[in-house]
Amino acid sequence: MSDRKPIYLDYSATTPVDPRVAQKMIPFLTEDYGNPASRSHPYGWTAEKAVENAREEVAKLVNADPREIVWTSGATESNNLAIKGAAHFYAEGKGKHIITAATEHKAVLDTVRELEREGYEATYLQPEADGLIAIEKFKAAIRPDTVLASIMLVNNEIGVIQDIEALGNVCRANNVIFHVDAAQATGKVVIDLEKLPVDLMSFSAHKTYGPKGVGALYVRRKPRIRIEAQMHGGGHERGMRSGTLATHQIAGMGEAFRIAREEMASENERIRMLRDRLLHGLLDIEETYVNGDLDHRVPHNLNVSFNFVEGESLIMAIKGIAVSSGSACTSASLEPSYVLRALGRSDELAHSSIRFSIGRFTTEADVDYTIDLLKSKIDKLRELSPLWEMFKDGIDLSKVEWAEH
Amino acid sequence: MNTVYFDHNSTTALKPQVLQAMLPWLSQTAGNATSRHIYGRNVRDAVEAARKQIAECVGVQASQVVFTSGGTEANNFAVKGITANLTPTQILVSAIEHPCVSRPAQSLAWHDWQVQSIKTNAQGVIDLADAEEKLNTRTGLVSVMLANNETGAIQPIAELAALTRYKGALLHTDAVQAFGKLAVNFETLGVHAMTISSHKIGGPVGIGALILDKRLDIAPLLHGGGQERGLRSGTENVAGIVGFAEACKLAAQTLKTRSSAQTTLRDELEIGLHDLNAVIFGQQAQRLPNTSFFAIPNIEGETLVTALDKAGYAVASGSACSSDSTEPSHVLLAMGVESDLARSAVRVSLGESSTESEVQGFLKALQQEVKRLKGLNAVAA
Repeated sequence: MSDRKPIYLDYSATTPVDPRVAQKMIPFLTEDYGNPASRSHPYGWTAEKAVENAREEVAKLVNADPREIVWTSGATESNNLAIKGAAHFYAEGKGKHIITAATEHKAVLDTVRELEREGYEATYLQPEADGLIAIEKFKAAIRPDTVLASIMLVNNEIGVIQDIEALGNVCRANNVIFHVDAAQATGKVVIDLEKLPVDLMSFSAHKTYGPKGVGALYVRRKPRIRIEAQMHGGGHERGMRSGTLATHQIAGMGEAFRIAREEMASENERIRMLRDRLLHGLLDIEETYVNGDLDHRVPHNLNVSFNFVEGESLIMAIKGIAVSSGSACTSASLEPSYVLRALGRSDELAHSSIRFSIGRFTTEADVDYTIDLLKSKIDKLRELSPLWEMFKDGIDLSKVEWAEH
Repeated sequence: MNTVYFDHNSTTALKPQVLQAMLPWLSQTAGNATSRHIYGRNVRDAVEAARKQIAECVGVQASQVVFTSGGTEANNFAVKGITANLTPTQILVSAIEHPCVSRPAQSLAWHDWQVQSIKTNAQGVIDLADAEEKLNTRTGLVSVMLANNETGAIQPIAELAALTRYKGALLHTDAVQAFGKLAVNFETLGVHAMTISSHKIGGPVGIGALILDKRLDIAPLLHGGGQERGLRSGTENVAGIVGFAEACKLAAQTLKTRSSAQTTLRDELEIGLHDLNAVIFGQQAQRLPNTSFFAIPNIEGETLVTALDKAGYAVASGSACSSDSTEPSHVLLAMGVESDLARSAVRVSLGESSTESEVQGFLKALQQEVKRLKGLNAVAA
């Protein structure tokens, strides 16, 4: 075995920092270290200018007004701020019911759970088998006291793209605040907030080749959306989020979003070719199932279940590539992915799933290596599996009566 | 012209060694600390090594360190998180707290908390007798900073801890300005929670920590992936965390020599300030060695700061966080300073790189600007 590091196919967990982004950040770590809130000297001014340039870049990627962008420490904070902030602000006038999906990121689900502890009620919509939320079911979930709905644009595990425009229109018609977690979407799908009926949208830098520890929240100005701050202090970010701004981090996020805007079209084309190559290679393997809709999906993601292979053993067997089973945030647990279970996948198939996520630095050779590796390892693992043997003998496993021990 | 930077309490330059420690984590090395592959494990190892280093610097175990996005978040987390698990009673904060302590404390009034303020004396040190009088068995949480960001006045936290312990109240201290400038030991202070921040000690902006007593029951501020043992969700800012740890290590190594060098420079500065008839705030208090907060009567602080900036010296008028506003410093008002004099306040905060010739140059520039501005005042009058 060589000392070579495994091939990185876990871009949905986090992306490497683009070297151009790092270059943009370093000056703010060395010579230009002022506090952007220091108005009285040029150290502060340089920092403030960098922060405002970055705010423009983030706004441009999603066609928003820079004044609609609030810096945070990441998408988790953005989601917490949006959901708690809007729910607290509008509950009195509207009510205490929240709609979200069972397949949301933990940062949304746990925040909604926290609001439930505070006395709010929540509806967790189950997606269809393809991972998409049915508009009719969404509409039916809305109540007179529904204050907020939160649905992600791109799912972190299966990459499916929700119809945010349709969902947003339902919210508009019912006077419901609409929050969208777009952490996995920036640089992968076109986002036009001038057109989309979205009130609040969360962004992360480190999923789009920027640094970890910085993100943003879009807060619509027209019609104006209000949120209750979750962090109080110096009154930074027009009172919505206090705390000294991390200029280098923000400059990095701005640069990452600029690159995303300029290179997204060509990059996505290249990534789609790689993904299709990977998809066809893997589908050559018998009893392989793609999780989630393939048409409404970002090209970066491929989530596949390999029947008759135990997921943990598979992960151990494919050390030559770095992938994830379940989303990174929960992969410390051995529970099968709650997202796949919400899609109606059996525990067995959910357990044997692998998320391949492709990105800027993935090559065709990486993909070919991955296909070969999976083919050979799955063959070996299945050779050891009595279930596979029974399946090959034509036994319908669902009809087998297992003896109790 | 190179500007001389005398605003280190606002933020201070990143140390070159800190940048070196951070760079590998800002390069193409990917990895999410929660992923189980080698990339993720490398990140996890780096985060845990950093946590251990920071824990050692403040005399606790690694498990007592919870990383946050900075001092503001850590203070909000402390005030809101500790009170969330208590029956609403009374919260006591000093009159000189940073807004990121006093504002979350005030917000508790909406949740049936009785918010009270501990007075300070004319030197900017909290009045322990007042604290004792206000403390009662219904006091849930007390929060007082370890050193004030404007005056540099060091607060008697260990003494306060003895009082709060007697009444069964929990104690939080915001040690953002003190950490790295004083030897700070969590156990010796006897507090239940303590806030520290990276960018005030030569580390990167955007990272801080809340140090917790092992038995403390605290609710998270941010919910999600369950990082930081469920107390602070969100993907770990590994470059920031590694940089913070390196800065802690360096600050501990240089603490003694830096402290005595800065005391000498600050005293020299203040001799010069006396000659200009400046009023020095909190001079009789035990102060951070690098901080001097003063006023030249009848000259607006803002005006003087702008003039000094043109002359090549970056100083602050109030705390940077509120330097948008023209309100006089709440710290000075709490000390009983007249608001006219408070409006004249200027803060010099020295750093590790500050030199005697910079201080002398500053005094010369100050003298000239004061003379010029007084001349303008005379014309106007």
